[in-house]
Amino acid sequence: MKPASFEYVTAESWDAAAASLAEHGDDALILAGGQSLVPVMNFRLAQPAVLVDVNVIPDSAYLQIDGDSLRIGALTRHVRFEAPGIDGPLGRLLPRIAHHIAHLPIRMRGTFGGSLAHADPASEWCTLARTLDAVMIAQSVTGERRIAAADFFHSALATDLADDEVLREVELPALGPDWRCGFAEFNRRAGDFAIVQSVAAIELHEGQIVSARIGVGGATETPQRSGAAEKALLGGAPTSELFAEAAGAAADAIEDLLTDQQANADLRRDLVRVMVLRALEDAVSAG
Amino acid sequence: MTRIQLNVYETIHDVEVEPRHSLVDTLREGCGLTGSHIGCEHGVCGACTVLVDDQPVRGCLMFAVQADGKDIRTVEGLDDDGAFNALQQAFHEHHALQCGFCTPGMLMLATWIVERGLPVDDNELREIMASNLCRCTGYRNILRAVRAVLDASGQDGAGA
Amino acid sequence: MTLIGKSVPRLEDRELLTGTGRFAGDQNFEGQLHMRVVRASLAHGRILSVDTAAAAASPGVFAVWTGVDVADVSPINLRPGSALQDLEKCRQHILAQDIVRYVGEPVAVVFADDPYRAEDAAELIWADIEELPPVVGLMDMPGEFAPGVSTEPAVLVKGYGDVDAAFASAAHIVDCELSVGRHAGVPLETRGALAIWNDDENRLEFHAAAKIPHTNRIALAELLGLELDQLHLFEGHVGGGFGVRGEIYPDEVLVNLAALRFRRPVKWIEDRMEHLIAANHSREQTHRIRAAINADGLILAIDHEFWFNQGAYARTHGATVPVVSATMLPGPYKVPAYRATGHIRLTNVTPAGTYRGPGRYETTFVREQLMDTIAAELDLDPLAVRRTNLIAADEMPYERPFEIGGKPIIYDSGDYPESLARFLDHVDYDAVQAEMAERRASGEMAGAAIICFVELGGDGPFDDVRVEMDTDGRVEVITGVASVGQGVETVIAQICADTLGIDYAGITVTHGQTDRIARGQGARASRVTVMTGNATHKAASGVRGMLLEKAAELLQSPVETLEISDGVIGIVEGLGEGPSVTVAAAAAEILRGQNAPRIAVEESFENDRATYSFGAQLAVVVVNPLTVGVTVERFAVVYDIGRAVNPMLVEGQLVGGAVQGIGGALFEEFLYDETGQPLSVSFADYLMPTAAEVPDVECLVLEDSPSTTNPLTLKSGGDPGITGAGAAIAAAIGDAIGRPGAIKRLPVTPLRLRAILRGDADRKQEKNNAENGVST
Repeated sequence: MKPASFEYVTAESWDAAAASLAEHGDDALILAGGQSLVPVMNFRLAQPAVLVDVNVIPDSAYLQIDGDSLRIGALTRHVRFEAPGIDGPLGRLLPRIAHHIAHLPIRMRGTFGGSLAHADPASEWCTLARTLDAVMIAQSVTGERRIAAADFFHSALATDLADDEVLREVELPALGPDWRCGFAEFNRRAGDFAIVQSVAAIELHEGQIVSARIGVGGATETPQRSGAAEKALLGGAPTSELFAEAAGAAADAIEDLLTDQQANADLRRDLVRVMVLRALEDAVSAG
Repeated sequence: MTRIQLNVYETIHDVEVEPRHSLVDTLREGCGLTGSHIGCEHGVCGACTVLVDDQPVRGCLMFAVQADGKDIRTVEGLDDDGAFNALQQAFHEHHALQCGFCTPGMLMLATWIVERGLPVDDNELREIMASNLCRCTGYRNILRAVRAVLDASGQDGAGA
Repeated sequence: MTLIGKSVPRLEDRELLTGTGRFAGDQNFEGQLHMRVVRASLAHGRILSVDTAAAAASPGVFAVWTGVDVADVSPINLRPGSALQDLEKCRQHILAQDIVRYVGEPVAVVFADDPYRAEDAAELIWADIEELPPVVGLMDMPGEFAPGVSTEPAVLVKGYGDVDAAFASAAHIVDCELSVGRHAGVPLETRGALAIWNDDENRLEFHAAAKIPHTNRIALAELLGLELDQLHLFEGHVGGGFGVRGEIYPDEVLVNLAALRFRRPVKWIEDRMEHLIAANHSREQTHRIRAAINADGLILAIDHEFWFNQGAYARTHGATVPVVSATMLPGPYKVPAYRATGHIRLTNVTPAGTYRGPGRYETTFVREQLMDTIAAELDLDPLAVRRTNLIAADEMPYERPFEIGGKPIIYDSGDYPESLARFLDHVDYDAVQAEMAERRASGEMAGAAIICFVELGGDGPFDDVRVEMDTDGRVEVITGVASVGQGVETVIAQICADTLGIDYAGITVTHGQTDRIARGQGARASRVTVMTGNATHKAASGVRGMLLEKAAELLQSPVETLEISDGVIGIVEGLGEGPSVTVAAAAAEILRGQNAPRIAVEESFENDRATYSFGAQLAVVVVNPLTVGVTVERFAVVYDIGRAVNPMLVEGQLVGGAVQGIGGALFEEFLYDETGQPLSVSFADYLMPTAAEVPDVECLVLEDSPSTTNPLTLKSGGDPGITGAGAAIAAAIGDAIGRPGAIKRLPVTPLRLRAILRGDADRKQEKNNAENGVST
């Protein structure tokens, strides 16, 4: 399974990467960690004429709190998130998610931005980004574009990024100390693509849930927030009963569930309920 | 075709590659280092695991051009003029290999674990070694071999 | 000090640990062409045309073949003795002629100067295929393989005793329908081959051959139109076989044919996707089994009908798998009357062959689920039912009045009830069951089960070995076996060293080289330790005799007074003090008198009896009712190997086999869509266990019942790890969910388990409703 031929270009800066993309249009793809792209190329399902390697761009991997945002450089490797070095609930959540991404050697190379741009339905970072309403910052020769997570994911493996845009940075809200965040996923084997995963973030004030973000990934073509679950949680106390209700609401409301060899829509629906519940429980116990 | 240099255990291999040639194919064909194996070419089995700048990497998912100038370590460099290093000796004593096809990848992954110098408990060890597939041994003896080396160097994770 | 029975470290390890092995992909010949196979993308169709012009003009391409170019080559023959006659009509051509019958079938080949460019060219080949309706499901109505040839080309019937009478008078009849999903060995090294025409020797050399070089040599020579001495096969290192590698596939024939025709070396290494759709699949069987039993659960008769999915073509194994399935289903139980009717079905999917423990993995699952069903229906303890049926020690040797491969099935030795008892003790089964009860009481779906089986090995009919010794006392053992990584060299060296009284470390064991010894049977069916071991012992005994004779001369003492130990021949009483002579010196003396550089003794060991032995396995699992995930918490195997040459290696086989078996029980399955398109085409679809899915497998290796079929009393150990794993996992899950016998299909995927649990829930609800008077 050798890939088709391609021209290889190294970009020394994001501007240079954007220029290459502008020059070659949909004939060019960005090479970041390669852990998702190269297998697809080896199967010859993707045959880009040009590969633009962005790995040498300086200052492209970072985790920086900037006001009320956490700015993440697109080239930040998954392994970095296992010890992100930032405080607060997000700092505690990120390692718990990173741990579930594939296996260690994949995490050594795979990148945060790469995962988002690839948009596999079971991508943990995509689910996180959608749940917390991340902002994706794309760069092209015409400048910068900020894309809201709600607009970013079009369908499986398809995003709002234009052919001449490269994802440079992602902003997550730097959740304050009243937030509790949790994560859960189900797969057949350790390190497999998740069949269903959930990110749960709730803000507590005087024992009541005042904000809720419940995200589900792996279940549908793109990750989504569960309005039904969030509605069920708002104003309530963080009890098992309420969590079960919210999880049930999430499962009942979700549509267009995926069916594949590993699980059908019915099983995924059950798993949505279980994963949302677990993510909520994880939020209050470890989050 | 591009001319690149692969630095493997301080030996510079001057090779001519196409951009699409994988690191593992280039090590095997261009540098004559056939110890790293190809099992799937889609990053799942880990038979191609090598160390690039001291990190375990799937050699089938990296293009050789990306490794130009980097420090690469493969299974061929583990022994000391024929004498087994600690991991190789442990694999030998614990019967941690049968057909040997997954072995180089397992050894390089284990090398990283040992070199990291951190305590590793059994669960974490199992989780990390789960990165690589083996069809012959059923994993038990591989875990025992790596555990033996970790324990000998004080990384038994008892306090972890 | 005897070397037989010692867990010495392996001779094979050095090259493998230092990365200096010679697997197929590691070998290269100057000027070699790389072959790339173009495979059918439809499951069934008529080839209208194959357009190769663009490929032929592609950079680096030397030649392109389609079916027309190899139409003169006969289809691949079935191994002698393996077939039912009707399967001969269903053989496969090396490139599709006219009709393609499975996705993955070779339709063309490209030869180019490098593998990347060969693949580029292959992508340019367009096969215009007129679609024909495929038969995809095993239980679908049979169609036509070819005019006049049904896709159910053969039905085999095996049996003994008066089955009908037993059913007529039985207190109870239990019946089940059970099936095993399609899966296979999937070794980590994909298939590969290299061939080179050696002009000096006027012969074709096939490198990176595997499994059964001598047998394959005969078959290949015939296919290629060569005299036997014009073809030799050479084995390098082999990355696992498990039955799958080493059969004659179209691909290997093409490699050899090309080298012959082009007079240039040809190299072929398949990729993983090819392997998953083109290397032999296995295991797919559906059984309908009925048992006539008495009130104590004693089986009076079994009558079962089964369907075996051979895939698109008969492969070299012929009817081996269904025959073994039919004859080994009774396993370790008496079963005084028995009938098996096996339907061999062809479908438009990848052809099937053997996979470790063939016919036994499947039928052990079927039989042991039957036992659990009997227990459930009669409200008996599952182990008690098994004990009731086990063949007793005083019934050995136990003959089943039918044959495998012309040989009667005679269980040579064993005390099955005792072995089972020792296993129960070893794993402390009482404590296990108590723990399960406790955990279930607290709401966990935890379960444990023990299942029983019989394994066989040591398939003859012969093995030849030549032991050679040089003037330095160094020994080479030349065998006709093959290595698939199992430790052949070490085991044979141990036996040879033990016989000769020397260290095993200096012994070289040669295997898989057809030009070193005339005949060979390779490595299959777990035969090497028994057959090659005994032949080695025979030949080494011959050398030992010569050494002792010479030493008797030199030491002026009769042969009977001499002993060899640690490479020194001395007189028994005063060994170490009295006169002695080294083995090397004795050898040098012998050779001084002759005009040869080496002493050589070649012997043949013949055996028409396989060995059989008892095994059992324990699985402890926990089921998560919410996610329907299954965790295997504990797994243990007992096997009575009669006599272990290297216990460490035996355990290695048991552990490795068990993990593969767990894979087949929970994860591994080749799936197809309704048009015959394979869905399991990568390691993201075909899931195999990693270290995280399995516990450390525990082994109890018994040496209680040495074999009576061979002088060294050895039995085999290659397969027993895998044999019972499907059954054990299924039984444990049944126990966990409170329904022994409920698992009717492997692998137990979350989807299937969920349906069973849901069925249970629905049944409970119905029962509740009925009790509470609610209409459903």
